[in-house]
Amino acid sequence: MELYIRPDYEVVRNESRCIACRVCERQCANEVHTFDSETGLMRSDESKCVNCHRCVSLCPTHALKIVKTDDTYRENANWEAQTIHEVYRQANTGGVLLSSMGNPKPYPVFWDKLLINASQVTNPPIDPLREPMETKLYLGSRKVKIERGEDGLLKDTLPPQLKLSVPIMFSAMSYGSISYNAHESLARAAEELGTYYNTGEGGLHKDFYKYGKNTIVQVASGRFGVHKEYLEAAAAIEIKMGQGAKPGIGGHLPGAKITEDVSETRMIPKGIDAISPAPHHDIYSIEDLKQLVDSLKEATEYKKPIIVKIAAVHNAAAIASGIARSGADIIAIDGYRGGTGAAPTRIRDNVGIPIEMALAQIDSRLREEGIRDNVSLVVGGSVRSSADVVKAIALGADACYIGTAALLALGCHLCRSCHTGKCNWGIATQRPDLVKRLNPDLGYKRLVNLVSAWKHEIEEMMGGMGINSLEALRGNRLMLRGIGLTDTELKLLGVRYAGESL
Amino acid sequence: MKILANGMHYSALNAAVRMAEDDVEIVNCIGQRYIGAGLLRRQIVIHGTPGNALGAYLNGAEVRIDGNVQEATGDTMNAGVIEVHGSAGDATGYAMRGGKIFIEGDVGYRCGIHMKAFRTQKPAIVIGGRAGSFLGEYQAGGTIVVLGEHLNGKPIVGNFCGTGMHGGEIYLRTDELSAALPAQVKAERVEGELSEEVTALIKEWCARFGREEEGYLNCVYYRLTPNADNPYRQMYTPN
Ligand code: SF4
Ligand code: SF4
Repeated sequence: MELYIRPDYEVVRNESRCIACRVCERQCANEVHTFDSETGLMRSDESKCVNCHRCVSLCPTHALKIVKTDDTYRENANWEAQTIHEVYRQANTGGVLLSSMGNPKPYPVFWDKLLINASQVTNPPIDPLREPMETKLYLGSRKVKIERGEDGLLKDTLPPQLKLSVPIMFSAMSYGSISYNAHESLARAAEELGTYYNTGEGGLHKDFYKYGKNTIVQVASGRFGVHKEYLEAAAAIEIKMGQGAKPGIGGHLPGAKITEDVSETRMIPKGIDAISPAPHHDIYSIEDLKQLVDSLKEATEYKKPIIVKIAAVHNAAAIASGIARSGADIIAIDGYRGGTGAAPTRIRDNVGIPIEMALAQIDSRLREEGIRDNVSLVVGGSVRSSADVVKAIALGADACYIGTAALLALGCHLCRSCHTGKCNWGIATQRPDLVKRLNPDLGYKRLVNLVSAWKHEIEEMMGGMGINSLEALRGNRLMLRGIGLTDTELKLLGVRYAGESL
Repeated sequence: MKILANGMHYSALNAAVRMAEDDVEIVNCIGQRYIGAGLLRRQIVIHGTPGNALGAYLNGAEVRIDGNVQEATGDTMNAGVIEVHGSAGDATGYAMRGGKIFIEGDVGYRCGIHMKAFRTQKPAIVIGGRAGSFLGEYQAGGTIVVLGEHLNGKPIVGNFCGTGMHGGEIYLRTDELSAALPAQVKAERVEGELSEEVTALIKEWCARFGREEEGYLNCVYYRLTPNADNPYRQMYTPN
């Protein structure tokens, strides 16, 4: 027996504005809207609505709005409607709950409990419009040996570096989980901005090899699309050990999403499930990880930095310490709020730790052990604004990965229904009629706008602090003060409470 | 070109192999890793024992080893041949997508894990002896043949053969399946006629290691294939 589950949202149509143009009907891939030819009116079946706001945005007379339903169960602070619905769903089907995008639960956001310093009187602020501000940076290992050549001159022993003009990169999102047009937008934006996008574990589409110098390619346990030219095309190679949205859980792209083009890119047959389990079955230790790092370096002749990406989990600091000794050049840490194209709900909502805590602890640990210069740190997992970026750098990051923010720039409305493959915004879908709704010519400009705006804001905040280079901000926790934090939280973040002077 | 490998660091050895203009013979190999990583056309003959990840990302080169090899041989191999006149360690042929690996002796755990096929690329591993546990784990394509030539009283494969398998095929030369198979795998008895492809693979193995084809072709095999392409489909409920 299937129990009816009442929809969470209602589609409200202002009949006096609606002209029955049927735009909403054409725009909604969830088939919520239909035209009733008898009455000449539009109808809606809200049980199918995911609240993606596509119809609201495109209705020419603004006749539509989506509202939270006021239908209510008997109120219960412990058993909220969502919790009840999840039980119904599982009793209906017997399946594991599947969700997408980042953890939506009301856990504390530590970015919002950190305040940034500004200079007054003694150490004057810098005006970024007038004075040069250095937002350029390099990612890679700084572990250099001092060696001299025959001629007595110093040899260049610096390992390969990535050069970024802003401390922001686009995080791993695979072709398959997002569309061709979304990938094209990210690749072109990365090129124009002088930064990098990340292929995720779905391979690199042949059309995008030309953006190779702004591309980070991923190697995950399933090794989809990994071959010599793929590794060679990239500016850096990222080994995916974990993902913030689903630590300890692998990737699984259902066969239905493996279209012709996706199959070409992943180098697997069409229609077959693409499974990349959480464990790399050849990696059980830091020594084993080192072997994969080194084999990738050998295969690319030591020309590319190797990134190891992990999810922020309880022992992240100890794990990062191991990775920093594995020969990896960069560690990417993904917080528990990171997005995903599909993850088991329970994992997404309950596993992992906040990126702010993981970052602060990893940076401190690597400094204490004297190996901070072995690696650069890149953090992601819900970096929502330029202020989050500044705080992350002050906590010890070299740069940030943004995923959800980038998708929002492309039109995502955070309906968290990516796993259905029917993204009305042409992002998390492979359906050609939906994909073409995202125009990469416009999409890439919106990404460039977003990151350029953030860059200006970062410069302003830095200027305010009297700091003129990212280098001077990195790990400078004196530039942060906590508010509404407990002693333990302050200790873990390594910051003082607001009002506490030196 | 002949390279005397004793005492050489693997990066120096591999650089020398990469730079070589013609075929390479490595003498006194003592555990150097990543030999031939990503190499295109080239013949490499190795005397001694290479280290882990021999022929990783191999892209067309042919490697022959007159001894044993260690872990992760042919990791993510795309094309080429690896011929081992001895036994191989764990995770042999991890995620290989093309090319062939021939082993005269046994293989360790997780041989052929994540093996895939792609368009005309059909990877194959032929094992003369027996295979350890987790043979063909998550296999998504390609062919694995285990000939069980010298079993030493042990079963032809260890436990959990084909766990998570969702494509490709495994042939075991045995007239009785001893270990229980996971639910995703179905087994059929093949007596006499083998497919052209598998026959060719077995013949090639025989030719490479100097065996009579007869004894390997007219035998009973068990052919293991996945039950379905999408064994995980039913597990989820959209939330
Ligand atoms: S799913 Fe999106 S497009 Fe369809 S009715 Fe709901 S808000 Fe509108
Ligand atoms: S990408 Fe599309 S499906 Fe996913 S949350 Fe955004 S709008 Fe919804």
